[in-house]
This record gives sequence, C-alpha cells and structure tokens, in this order.
Amino acid sequence: MSSRQLFRPRANTVSRIVVYGSVPLCLVAAAWSIALARSSWRTQQDRFVQQPVPFSHEHHVGGLGIDCRYCHTSVETSAFAGMPPTQTCMTCHSQLWRQADMLEPVRRSARTGQPLRWTRVNDLPDFVYFNHSVHIHRGVPCSTCHGRVDRMPLMRQARSLAMQWCLGCHEHPSPHIGAANPFDPAARPAMALGKHPRAVLDSRGDPLPRLLECSICHR
Amino acid sequence: MPTPVEIIQAWRERLARAEGAAYCDALQEAAGDRVLCGALQEVMPELAHVWQRRIDRRRLLQLLGASLAMSGAAGCSRAPREKLVPYTAMPEGLVPGIPQTWATALSRGGSYAHGVLVKTHMGRPIKVEGNPRHPASRGASDAFSQAAPLELFDPERSRACTRRGAIVSSSAVLRALAAVRDRWSARAGRGLAVLTGSTSSPTLQRQVHALKSQLPEARWYVHEPIDRSSVIEGAALAFGRPAEPIYDFTRARVVVALDADFLDAMPGHLSYARAFADARRALDRHDSVNRLYAAQSTATLVGARADHRLSVKATQVNGLARRLAVLLGVIDDGTSSHDQEHERWLRLAAADLQAHQGEALVLCGDHQPAAVHVLVHAINEKLGNFGRTIRLIDPVADASRSNGDLRALCARMAGGAVDALFMLDVNPVYSAQADLPFAELLSRVPFALHSGLYQDETAGASEWHVPAQHAFETWSDVRAFDGSASIVQPVIAPLYPGWSLPQWLALIMKGEPGDAMGIVRGTWRALWAPARDRDFERRWHESLASGVVDKSQSASLTTALDRNWQAHVQRSVPSEGLELRFTADASVWDGRYANSAWLQELPRPLTSLTWGNALLISSALARELRVVNGDHVSVEHAGHELTAPVWIMPTDYPRHTLTLALGYGRTRAGEIGTDVGVSAYRLRTSAAPWLGTNVKVRAVEGHSALAAVQLHHEMHGRDLARQMTLDGFTAGARASHSEGNRLPSLYPEIDRHGRYAWGMTIDLNACIGCGVCTIACQAENNIPAVGKAQVLLGREMHWIRVDSNRVGDRGEETVFQPVPCMQCERAPCEYVCPVEASVHDSEGLNVQVYNRCIGTRDCSQNCPYKVRRFNWLDYNGYEREQPLAAPAAVMNPDVTVRSRGVMEKCTYCVQRISRARIQSKIEERTIREEEVIPACAAACPSHAIVFGDLLQSDQEIHRWRGSARHYVLLEELGTRPRTTYLAALRNSKPLDDETLKS
Repeated sequence: MSSRQLFRPRANTVSRIVVYGSVPLCLVAAAWSIALARSSWRTQQDRFVQQPVPFSHEHHVGGLGIDCRYCHTSVETSAFAGMPPTQTCMTCHSQLWRQADMLEPVRRSARTGQPLRWTRVNDLPDFVYFNHSVHIHRGVPCSTCHGRVDRMPLMRQARSLAMQWCLGCHEHPSPHIGAANPFDPAARPAMALGKHPRAVLDSRGDPLPRLLECSICHR
Repeated sequence: MPTPVEIIQAWRERLARAEGAAYCDALQEAAGDRVLCGALQEVMPELAHVWQRRIDRRRLLQLLGASLAMSGAAGCSRAPREKLVPYTAMPEGLVPGIPQTWATALSRGGSYAHGVLVKTHMGRPIKVEGNPRHPASRGASDAFSQAAPLELFDPERSRACTRRGAIVSSSAVLRALAAVRDRWSARAGRGLAVLTGSTSSPTLQRQVHALKSQLPEARWYVHEPIDRSSVIEGAALAFGRPAEPIYDFTRARVVVALDADFLDAMPGHLSYARAFADARRALDRHDSVNRLYAAQSTATLVGARADHRLSVKATQVNGLARRLAVLLGVIDDGTSSHDQEHERWLRLAAADLQAHQGEALVLCGDHQPAAVHVLVHAINEKLGNFGRTIRLIDPVADASRSNGDLRALCARMAGGAVDALFMLDVNPVYSAQADLPFAELLSRVPFALHSGLYQDETAGASEWHVPAQHAFETWSDVRAFDGSASIVQPVIAPLYPGWSLPQWLALIMKGEPGDAMGIVRGTWRALWAPARDRDFERRWHESLASGVVDKSQSASLTTALDRNWQAHVQRSVPSEGLELRFTADASVWDGRYANSAWLQELPRPLTSLTWGNALLISSALARELRVVNGDHVSVEHAGHELTAPVWIMPTDYPRHTLTLALGYGRTRAGEIGTDVGVSAYRLRTSAAPWLGTNVKVRAVEGHSALAAVQLHHEMHGRDLARQMTLDGFTAGARASHSEGNRLPSLYPEIDRHGRYAWGMTIDLNACIGCGVCTIACQAENNIPAVGKAQVLLGREMHWIRVDSNRVGDRGEETVFQPVPCMQCERAPCEYVCPVEASVHDSEGLNVQVYNRCIGTRDCSQNCPYKVRRFNWLDYNGYEREQPLAAPAAVMNPDVTVRSRGVMEKCTYCVQRISRARIQSKIEERTIREEEVIPACAAACPSHAIVFGDLLQSDQEIHRWRGSARHYVLLEELGTRPRTTYLAALRNSKPLDDETLKS
C-alpha cells in the first residue's frame, strides 16, 4: 500500500456537502413530486382546450335553460352520459344562426356525415369505471363533479378528478347525495337542504364501507 | 492437463477451506478465473450464456440506478388528451355504454348451426353467448363461436379482390365475370362448376335449384373435409331413404357409444352434452343416473366420461356392433368375440340394453362406415328406441342436388370439362385428399375464382380472389342438427368489399349480386307462403328477434327397416397392423380457424397441447419405437409419407392406433396459423377419409418442442379431482372429508359484512372437458394469447384451466376439473402482497388491483391452486405492436387491458357483477340470480358451473352445495374457497357372473 495522498483536502468539504446536502435534496425532490402530482398541470384542472366549435355551456344551460339530458341523453341509464350527435345540434341550428361561421364545422358534419371530434375535458383513466347513472339515481348533482357548467363559457375540468377526490365522497357520501333534481345546475344535496341524508342512504341500501372497496370502480 | 471436473473440484475444496474475508476474495478470484469459467462451460453447456454474458458489479449498479430513475420519470407525464367522437345521427335504440344483443347463428364447419347472441358495444361485436331459445345451443356455445369476434377483426383477413395476387377493383371482377358468363350462358351452363362446402341453408338450396333449372349443364360440387356422408348413407341402406338420426339423451338410461363422440364431434353436440349431463346430474342420492358404455378408437371426451370404456381399433367397431346385435337377438350369427375383455364389455352392455328397452340408446361415430350405422339402426329398432330416444329426420345439409364431391370435380376437371370454376368459402388446395391432384388440375382451368375470408392456399392458386363476408357481416340462413332454421343477420357493416354466398349464386345466375337480405327474405316468403304481407313481416321479425324460426324443426320420419337391411351388414375383419385415425381438431376444426391465436392457444382436450397437432400414439408403441414426446416419426400410408412429432397417450389409449388431427400444416393461413403443426391431409385418401389401415411408422431424426400446458395428469395421492361410485353415493357416502365441519385455522376470523356473498360450484360429473369455459373467459376478460414459445415457458394466461386428472385404482379413468380462482375467504395471496394489490371485498371477491401491482409475483408463489397469471411481456401490444395481440376493436370495454408486469386472475367476471349491481341499485332491489352469470358458466355446454349469491337461499347454488358430492379443493389448507366442487360419479354396472354367462 503506498502512502500517496489519494484525495486533496478539498474533498472533505465536497463530501460533507454531498452527505448533508442529500437529505434536504431528497426532501425537496419528494415534496416537489408530490406537489407536481397534485398540480393542475398534472390533473389538467381548470384548463381550457381548443374545441372544433367553441360550445358554451353558459349560453345553452345558463342562458337558454336547456336541460342536461337534452344532449347527454344516456346519463340516467348508462355509465356514459352520452355526447350529442350532430343531429341534436341541428335540431335548433338548422333554424337558428344558420349563417354563423362559428357553426360551420357542425353544418359540415351534418352535410358530410363526418362526426365532430371533440377533445375530452373530463377524462378519467381507462382503468376507472365511473358510472353516471348510479350517481344520478343517488341524487348526486351534476355540479358536484362538473362544477357550475352554467357559468362556463368554455368547458373546463372543474375538479381534480384524482382518486383522493373521488374517495372524499365515497368515504362520507351523506353530504353529497339526495338532491331533488340533480340536473339543476344549482342543485344542492339533501343535507344542505336540511333533510336527513342518512335516511336517504339507508332506505336505498348499501352498507357504507362497500363504497371504498377497489372493485367498486376498478375491474 | 486436469479435466474440467477436477478443476471445479479443486475450487470447491479451496472455497470450503476459506472463511470470512478470505472467502470473499476467493469468490472474486474464482469469478475472474478463465480456466474455471471454461471448465464450467464445458460441464454445463446449457448455462454457458451465464458466463458469456457477464454483468459486473458496476454495470449492475448502473442498470439499477437507471431503472429507478426511469420508473420515476415514467410518473412525470400527463394522461393524453383523448377525443370524443359522437355519431352524426344516433342509431335507433342505441344507448352509448350499454351493449346491444343480436340473435343470429354460427355454424361449426359449414352446415350445422347453433344459435348465438352477439353482444355489440357501440356497434362492435365483442362477445358471443349461446342463444337459450335455440335447440342446438340451449344457451351454450362452442370454442369457435367464442373466437368469432377475433376472426371478424383479424387484421389478416383478405381485404381486397386480387388477380394473380395483384389488387384489382371489384368492378374489374364483375367485368371479367360478365365475359365468362356470356360463354356459359350460351351453352346452358356447360363448363360452369361451383364448389362450396356442405350447406344447410334453405336460401342456398333454393338458389342451387334455380341455378340448375336455369343452366341445366352447370355443376355443383360439395367439398366438406369433415362431413357426415356415411351417417346418411347408413340410414339410406337401413331405411331405404337418406336420413340423419337425432338423439334424446334425457330419456336414455343406458347409452352405448360405439366410437361415437357425441359430446364433441357430432352435430348437436352442445345440446347432447347438456341433455347427457342433466341425465346424470344426481345432486341427491335418490336421483337417477344414466350409464354410458363407450368403445373408442382414439382418445375422446365420451370415452373419458364413460362408466365402462373399451379401447379398440376403429376396424373392430363393426365386430363389436355385430356381436352386440347377436347378443340382443337382432341378427343370428354364431361367432363370438375372441377377445375376453371385449366379450365382457359387450355382455354387460347387452344385458343393460335388454333391461332398458325403449330407454336405451346405441350410437356410432360419424366416421364409421355405413355398414356399422346399419347395424346400430337395427339394434335401436329391436330395442324399440325409435320414437323414444332416437328419431330420424331428413338430412339437414341436403346434398342430393350436388353432382358429387371433390373427387367428382377432379374427374371432370381432368376431362377438361370445367371452363369456369367458382370456389366459394372452401379451401380445396389445402384440404384436398392426398390422392387428388386438385392444385395441378386447378392451374388448367381457364377461369378460376376463389372467395374466402383469407388469402389462403386456394386463393394463391386461383387467378381471381374475392374476399368473403364474415358471418357477422352478412345475411343468410342456416339449419341446426335437428333442422331448426335460423336467419343469419349482420351485426356490423362489412369491413371489406366482397359478396356473401347467396350473392355469389345471384352473381353467377344474373350477373349482379343483388341485395343479400332481399334474397334471404325471398326464400322465406316462398317457404312460409304468407297470406298477407303483414304476416310475413311479423314472422320475419319474430324469427330475427328469437334467433330461431318458429316450428322449423324437421319432422320425424316414420320409416321401418328396409327388408334387405341385413344384406348391407358386413363381416369385416379387423385390420392387422397399425391404424391411423383422422380427427377434426378441437381448435382449428378442418383448418379454417387456423389463424386465431385464441383457438391455437386453447389447450386441446385430453392432451392439453397448444399451437399445433401431434401424432397421438400409445405408450406401448412409443416404447417399441423408442421415442419420447416431440420426437419425430415418419408415417407412411397408401404411398404417402409424412413426418410428425409424437405425443404419447396414457395406458388406456388403443395400442395399435395412431391419431392425427386435421387442420394444421397450413402454408397460407396468415401470420398466426401458417406452419403450425403438420397437415394430416397429406396422408388422407379419398377412398378412406377417416381411417388409414396398414400404416407404417418409424422413428426418424428430429424433435419438436410441443407446448402442452398440463405436464402430468397424476394426482400423486392428493384428492384433487374426486370421484365417487354411484353405489357409494346412493349408500350415503360424502365426497368431503371434513364431514361438513369447518377445519381449525391459524388465520384470524375475518368479518364479512357484504350484501351479497358470491360463490361458484363446479360439477365434475357434468364437466366434459371441452375447454369452452377457457376461451369464453379469454374473450370476456381481454386475456392475451402469448404464443408457443411463451407457453413452453409456462406463461399461458388463461384464467380458468381445465385439468384432466387420472383417477381410479389404476389411474385409468379421467376426471376433468376446471380450475378458476378459488376466491378464498382466507386468501394466501393477500397476506403476501407488499402493496395490497390483492385484496378482498365485502362480497367475497378476491380482487386484483392492477394499478397497484408491482409484479413481485409473491401472490402466485403463495397460491396453492396456481390460478394467478403474470404478464411477463407486453402481450396486449400496449407498448409496441404484437402479432398475437387481439385488435383493440375486439376488447371488452368493461375490463381493464393489463400491461406488462402485472399479475391477473379470475374475478368471477366482476364487470358483470358491477353492471348488475348498478342496475339493481337504480331499480332499488336485490340482484336476481339470472343477472350475473360469469362467462365460463354461460358458455358451458353441460351446465357444469353454477354461480350465485350464497346469502339468498333460493338460488341453485344452494341445492348444489347441499349435495353429498360437494367438496372443497385442498380444504385442509384452511383457505375456505368460495369456488367449490361436486365430485364426479362413476355408475359402473355391478359385475355378476350371471350376466357374463348368459
């Protein structure tokens, strides 16, 4: 073994910085990744996207008072709420705003039979099997998940739609159910109206912990 | 120079002496020692790659660090923005997200249909179920129908018309057709020949009739590799008119099957399997149980389920039938069987038949010569079985208008009398018998056109090829084994250009394809002859909705035995030497389903082979030839020779018989089906299509790895698949060893508080081992096919497997046992999962959370039933295109598509439970029994699987579980499975000397 110096004195400082610095660095990295995972960049909450037609829920729901089910026809019967076929748009727009440039993609779709291609705003991962109909029948207002669409000129994702957010209701469903008319944009759950939400749940059935089981949403 | 063994020994000694740090140094030195590495490579060549591809410590740390960093980086992404594409005009009655069901019919091979319900999701057919209203289905389905959606979306289907391999437009085909039409029209059809498979379609029959009256010189030939001609001929000889027998197993107390596989091979097998299983269901010890005698010339499902089995040569079956006829007094003939075992079996059967006249049934296999059928008819007539357990109907696939089979066509082609040949939905270049030079004759035909689903062998040899339409894309009609007709309706618009079979006939006759629906409606308008248009529309829509045309069953023929029937009985002598049996394959049939990965990977019943066929031989013959599984042998028959790998069958397999399944060795099937197995057609002659005699076999060089999923069938003393004797059952024995008491357990008591408690019970007495449950599960649950190489590594993904277990004192009997996840209440898999991906829900499901799974595989290691499957590779083509991955269109949208590195398993079809639960919540009621039927139970032909809620005492599963046959698999482990079994029953006739002497 030779006695030659392998490291310069500076190496001590460097190694100390590395050793002591790595702890806060790891903490910062962890905090940053947790923050990132919850950020709206990741969840895409409150972000607007380019759509083929700048459809305004504010105008159609808030202004004209069209019921959700007029376009989202299968919301009470199916997992999927349904997207209106071009024909639904044309029921009115074959008469109204016939010359509007904004509506040209709709007219073209009706003319050519090529469907409109909307970009999904409220999108759950493919391994989550959300069912609209059962939530509607439990009296969960549309606005619980979709926000006040009657105040949205362009559609945006109103909630984070993270699993933690879903579990918030599934853990304590009572305050969120039992709305008399879930389709009313301003609908309030039963508890908010001073009713007995516990009774609502019991009369309909499931023991509560069931709602927290994996197989409820994942298959 | 020391030998490698000495070098290794020296290092061993040195390592044994070293301790502590010196030991580590020695190891380090050993790893770097070239002499030692060389010696190790020499001694263990199969592990050479370990030394050659060395990974040092530095490299290992690099890889570890990189994978850690990349797994973190993978999380730093956002979900891609997806598109929502609504309809422009919503189809009537469609609710997005709710599947629609359409009734139609599918036929195995060409002619004998069973009704199916096709589930379509947003217009995509994704799953097939049996149609409970259809007599041939009774709610069950076969493996081919389960794979039909995959076939529909097969990217390798023929997509365009071609001429000599170059793509042409369909109008070019029409122009060419018009030119040849002019030629034959002028000559009353002379030179025109149409070759189709055998067909039961009333529309096609009507069109052929029209064709022949319009063009009297035109010829129609029928080529069906797996046909029933000897059945029809046998009835013609016995009764003086062609007919087909159909059987009623519910009334038959004694069944004698002479080489007849009515559970698998015969038309009507689904309904026969159900009736047979129902007749021996016996949940209670007072219930009656039928008795099955089976003589078999190869391994069959019927033989496996038989109470009395006899393994014989196929040519000995005639002798058996003769002797049986003598014992029953049908014919008079002094000879007795020279074989003691045969004689005993025959006497037992004869005594039983005698005692159950009118409640018995004798039947023989479709492949047996007509003479045997004559004898069997005479025996049934003598026993008074006609009108009770058996009846005769007109042949379902009427070929009386045809001008013969492929042999007749070849003769005509050789004479140069065929100018224009249409080969519609047939593949004769591949499936022609070895003695017919069809391909060569075809090259001399001036105008040859092939229409088929694939660019197959015949397409390659024909000038013109036009894509055919899939059964899900077109209008047609078809009959079932009992004559019941179904209208075949499209469930999706045609994916590719092409014409359906009725349109082809219209094209040939009129020059234009016309509208397929109009042609089919025309047939039924003529058949029903309705008084008013409204009546026709009503019947038409009723037939479409129910999937079967009301009251269309064929009427029973009332015929007496022909006076001269005895003249047709033959005194054939069993052949010396070896015999070669050709069988239809359980997965590819006659070869037409070869390009389906699901079917190729479905373990064949009894052998559990996947991806190819093999020559089945007896163990005695294997010893003689000195071959082991996979070794090549050369088979010589009638001047034709073929090299095939062997598969050795258990001891009860007939010693002098070789069996080779048809349908393999395709050369132009597609990427999946080409070059899988060997083609039995190369040994098959038109003189003896089902049986080769005086076959020579010798071992040759070569070995193929055969991918079997069950490597041994012995239970090694463990009572996995249980069987009881009927006597024991009647006397009150129980299958369960614990006498119904709960065994003590070290696991904590778990509080289950669900509203439902799902459970499944599988009746081993009803299971016929066909494997439809496996493929039905695959279709429902998006289970990938993995390919032969992966199956050889034991990586098949099936969530439910069908084990065949050898039971009995000498291991000579077989009990089939479907094994899905047991959904243990105390699941060993759950205790070992580090990330809680394997968890229980309150309804008793042991659920697998794919998103949590990190792929440690501890759960599979700890599972005593070995029902968990791991995605070793990206089988579903999630990251990169995989040739075996099913197209996205065929995926069930209700089930997650698992990616690489994830463990998966049976979940009792949780998606079906969820759908029913949500519906019941909306309607504020309890889930009804019939609402949740897992895919395996729904498809099962013999109703061997029942599923239900253990908390609702009125469900069928309770009656099953109350039976003395009920037991729990590996109950002693204390896992408390929710899936349980009913033991099989063997109803052997007690041996009394009286029977044997008389």
